[in-house]
Amino acid sequence: MPKPRSPVVELTLARMREFTREPEAIFWVFVFPLLLALSLGFAFREKPPDKIPIGVLAGAHANERLAALKKSPVLLPRIVTEEEAHLALRRGKISLLVAGDAAPVYRFDTTRPDARAARIEADGALQAAAGRRDVFRASEEHVSERGSRYIDFLVPGLLGMNLMGTGIWGVAFSVVNARMRKLLKRLVATPMRKRDYLLAHIFSRLGFLVIETIVVVTFGWLVFDVGVNGSLATFAVLCVIGGIAFTGIGLLISSRARTIEAVSGMANLVMMPMWICSGVFFSYERFPDSIKPFIRVLPLTALNDALRLVMNDAASIASIAPQLAVLAAWAILTFLVGLKIFRWQ
Amino acid sequence: MPEVSNLAISCVGLKKHYADVKAVDGLDLSVARGECFGLLGPNGAGKTTTIEILEGLTPRDAGDVQVLGRTWEHDERDLRDRIGISLQETQLSDKLTVIETLTLFRAFYRSGPDPDDLLRDLSLDEKRTARVGKLSGGQRQRLAVACALIGNPDILFLDEPTTGLDPQSRLQLWDVVSRFRAGGGTILLTTHYMDEAERLCDRIAIVDHGHLIALGTPRELIAKLDAPYIIEFTSAPHLDENDILAVTGCRGCTRRGDAWQLRVDSLAVAVPQLMGAIDARGAKLVTLSTHAATLEDLFVSMTGRELRDA
Repeated sequence: MPKPRSPVVELTLARMREFTREPEAIFWVFVFPLLLALSLGFAFREKPPDKIPIGVLAGAHANERLAALKKSPVLLPRIVTEEEAHLALRRGKISLLVAGDAAPVYRFDTTRPDARAARIEADGALQAAAGRRDVFRASEEHVSERGSRYIDFLVPGLLGMNLMGTGIWGVAFSVVNARMRKLLKRLVATPMRKRDYLLAHIFSRLGFLVIETIVVVTFGWLVFDVGVNGSLATFAVLCVIGGIAFTGIGLLISSRARTIEAVSGMANLVMMPMWICSGVFFSYERFPDSIKPFIRVLPLTALNDALRLVMNDAASIASIAPQLAVLAAWAILTFLVGLKIFRWQ
Repeated sequence: MPEVSNLAISCVGLKKHYADVKAVDGLDLSVARGECFGLLGPNGAGKTTTIEILEGLTPRDAGDVQVLGRTWEHDERDLRDRIGISLQETQLSDKLTVIETLTLFRAFYRSGPDPDDLLRDLSLDEKRTARVGKLSGGQRQRLAVACALIGNPDILFLDEPTTGLDPQSRLQLWDVVSRFRAGGGTILLTTHYMDEAERLCDRIAIVDHGHLIALGTPRELIAKLDAPYIIEFTSAPHLDENDILAVTGCRGCTRRGDAWQLRVDSLAVAVPQLMGAIDARGAKLVTLSTHAATLEDLFVSMTGRELRDA
């Protein structure tokens, strides 16, 4: 008879087998992130910026102004009546209204960036039509470098989000399911060490994390030309520590829950703030400075920031040390607390 | 009473109270090494709570427990290595195969049989690579017992091992238990089937509402009944209790739905007299059956309720 393998190895193998025999799990871990990246990638693909729609109030100067504004490459002007104008402005169908008699009056919402741009552009076009001469002729250089496009921002964010989702869901469902089936109770009735069970979850997650990361990164590289500019070793260390942190959070979330509903609610509660705040789809720089320190210690923020630094800016392992420290702290704390308060029966 | 030095399991003054129920209310038990000991009682009698306290899975409120001369407080890991457990409701992972499940459990123990040999012993070798989710109830239960045996235990704890199984699966499981017993193993099992207890157990404790109400070998327990035979009959119209108690050698009767049940000393004496009583009332006999008294009858005579639906 072959010598029995160590309990951790057997538990890890069992967990991996269970996972690969669950077709839904394969979809959520491997297919879903690709679909998401594909749809978002196309929604935000590189294309000439849209022209800004503006209105010219019907009246004595309307037609000459319309002609002047049409010469601008960024404006899309049309003539509107007073009633139309009010509604169109409010609904955002036009960003700016050109009114006034001899001297134009610009009516717009100052908090809208495109409205401010439209005001400057419209004023320039009308001034030129009225005879103003440019002092000099400036030229333009357009920037669309690898690493500065939206998709370069998005792919690391999606990878981080996917590592969070699969780490938390993968562990939480399997633990709560085993608890509901009284399998946990059966396991503690053996001489199995409790920490081996939790470690096996972490190890099996890491196995899938490797595949999952390779799939997402390869996809981003082939389809959107988003690569890993930094060292692959640094990237791998980061993904592994990030993956362990979220597996730990998954263990903590599922440490007491008795039903799938309870653990789902808890997982959503934990992940929701990170989906919003941790810079998956847009930068958290827009949040007030006072709450940024809190956002930065969220594990997904740390992972996303570090992934972007490594993938886009080729950052070294030393320069992502703060983020690695945040992730490692989450991993260790959640594992220890989870093990302590774990409900086995 | 077994010798103290030879005890596999003992508990004294065991108590476990939940919010509104006294699940175990002062129970003393001792199981000798090599013995097959049965806890018999209706659902809710406290059997599962008792066995799980003895298995070190449920904390007790009061009392002392020793397993193999040790306590759960001091020697948990060592004890876990020396006992095998089949819980009442465990569902092993559906996605794993039979051999994978057993190999996993084997890894937890210091020593034990080869998983393939054990599968052969339990006639599960044909299902070796089948997923647990595809097994029948009887096969699952045999796998659960295999997981309890994979560490080569000194004591086997079985909580209602055959509940809900078909007759053939029950026989197969009884065979497994008997072979473990024949190999010198100690068994503690709970059941609410009196035939299972009579057939497998050297000694039986009958429990009800967390109390021990009878203890002994199956033969001793049945001998405790005031009468060795049972007559069950229905008639139209019904007979009065007084008519029945007038039958010679009748030690008591119980009404069960339309039927009367009599405990009698001798069938040869009682049956003709009963017929006479029915005739004398101008009634007609509808059904009649007799059997030698069983543990079920003992339970009914002691509690007025039946094991199965108490």
